[in-house]
Amino acid sequence: MIPAPFDYHRPGTLDEAIGLLSRHGPDAKVLAGGMSLLPALKLRLGTCGHLVDIGRIPGLEYVKEDAGTLRIGAGTRQCVLAQSETVNSRYGVLADAVPLIADPLVRNRGTFGGNVANGDPANDGPAIVIALGAELVVRGRQGERTVAANRFYKDLFVTALAPDEILTEIRIPLPPPRSGSAYRKLKRKTGDYAAAAAAVQVTLDARGAVQRACIALTNAGPTPVEAVQAARFLEGKAPDEKNIAEAARLAASAAAPSADRRGSVEYKREMARVLTARALKAALERAGGN
Amino acid sequence: MKHRINVTVNGAAQEAEVDSRLLLVHFIREQLRLTGTHIGCDTSHCGVCTVLLDGQPVKSCTVLAVQADGCKVSTVEGLETGGKLHPIQEAFTEKHALQCGYCTPGMLMTCSALLERNKSPSEQEIRQAISGNLCRCTGYLNIVKAVEYAAHKMAGGVS
Repeated sequence: MIPAPFDYHRPGTLDEAIGLLSRHGPDAKVLAGGMSLLPALKLRLGTCGHLVDIGRIPGLEYVKEDAGTLRIGAGTRQCVLAQSETVNSRYGVLADAVPLIADPLVRNRGTFGGNVANGDPANDGPAIVIALGAELVVRGRQGERTVAANRFYKDLFVTALAPDEILTEIRIPLPPPRSGSAYRKLKRKTGDYAAAAAAVQVTLDARGAVQRACIALTNAGPTPVEAVQAARFLEGKAPDEKNIAEAARLAASAAAPSADRRGSVEYKREMARVLTARALKAALERAGGN
Repeated sequence: MKHRINVTVNGAAQEAEVDSRLLLVHFIREQLRLTGTHIGCDTSHCGVCTVLLDGQPVKSCTVLAVQADGCKVSTVEGLETGGKLHPIQEAFTEKHALQCGYCTPGMLMTCSALLERNKSPSEQEIRQAISGNLCRCTGYLNIVKAVEYAAHKMAGGVS
């Protein structure tokens, strides 16, 4: 399969890339790893007149922790993120999820920023950045701004990004002590999208009750679903079986999946419940181990 | 829109003019006439089009030729050196790691890259590494055995 014709641009700097995006407007698309965009163009699910390849722009691939924040450069390839000691030791949800994105060869090209910015609710990145309370740093002609991850996703493939804006960094606040996070995903096979998946982060207070919780679901609607009611229910309560079960039930009721080859609406909602409960248990165990 | 690219393929410098939308796999097969790299699903699932881009296995059906500009590309044709098969090729023969052979070029590239960074991978590491390469004949069992065999040979062991 061959994509429809387009012009290819390889800017050397972010400013140059932003200039190209503003010149060509919605007819231009940002190419990072290309693992979602190129198949979409090949299948002619989308077309674009101009591809702006940001893959060679220096300074977009890094993972560093400073001043209580984990900073992930948007161009960081998933294979690099998967090997980060910092990530694997302190950000359980990322350590769980990144090795489950697509397959190893795709992760050699695919970037974490692309996964997050693509606006596909079937991608794992969106629910993860919501669960971690991340801020997304974007740059455009008007300069730089940050958008909270849970306000970034507007609709299916529609995000808060303006046509001339590029995601440059994902900023994740260092979890407080007694925090844990986890990702649990059900997929039919390697390389498939999630039938259902849950990303959670919890923080315990000094008495061992849940002080703060955040739960987000992958592939459970046109945008990633933040299960706010479920998280609020857990807060202030003991993290016991009964409360976990009720939070998982509430999270599943927030899911609005559509039926496809991965299952019926009922099946996916039930899987969202099961996976939320499992993710909560794993995250609570990690929080206790801090 | 045409672009002039410089790519080193199996050690040889190649200069070519390519269209923006030309895929790396088509460049390799149709312009360079290196047809060892196969096309399968054409949607980055099956891995038969796997080549090494700057040493890392990637699915060449989902990379533009112009994206490989300035990079080193290795294909299955480059595994053999001086008329001698790469240990992983010998191992595939020895352990009957193929039947129809369609996935083999991609599988060989992925396995050779694995052995490059991990001299003695465990069974789980091998299975993980090849999880993006589909084989419909072998059930993977003999492929795993071949990688173990090649690792052993490369470490100087005799079987």
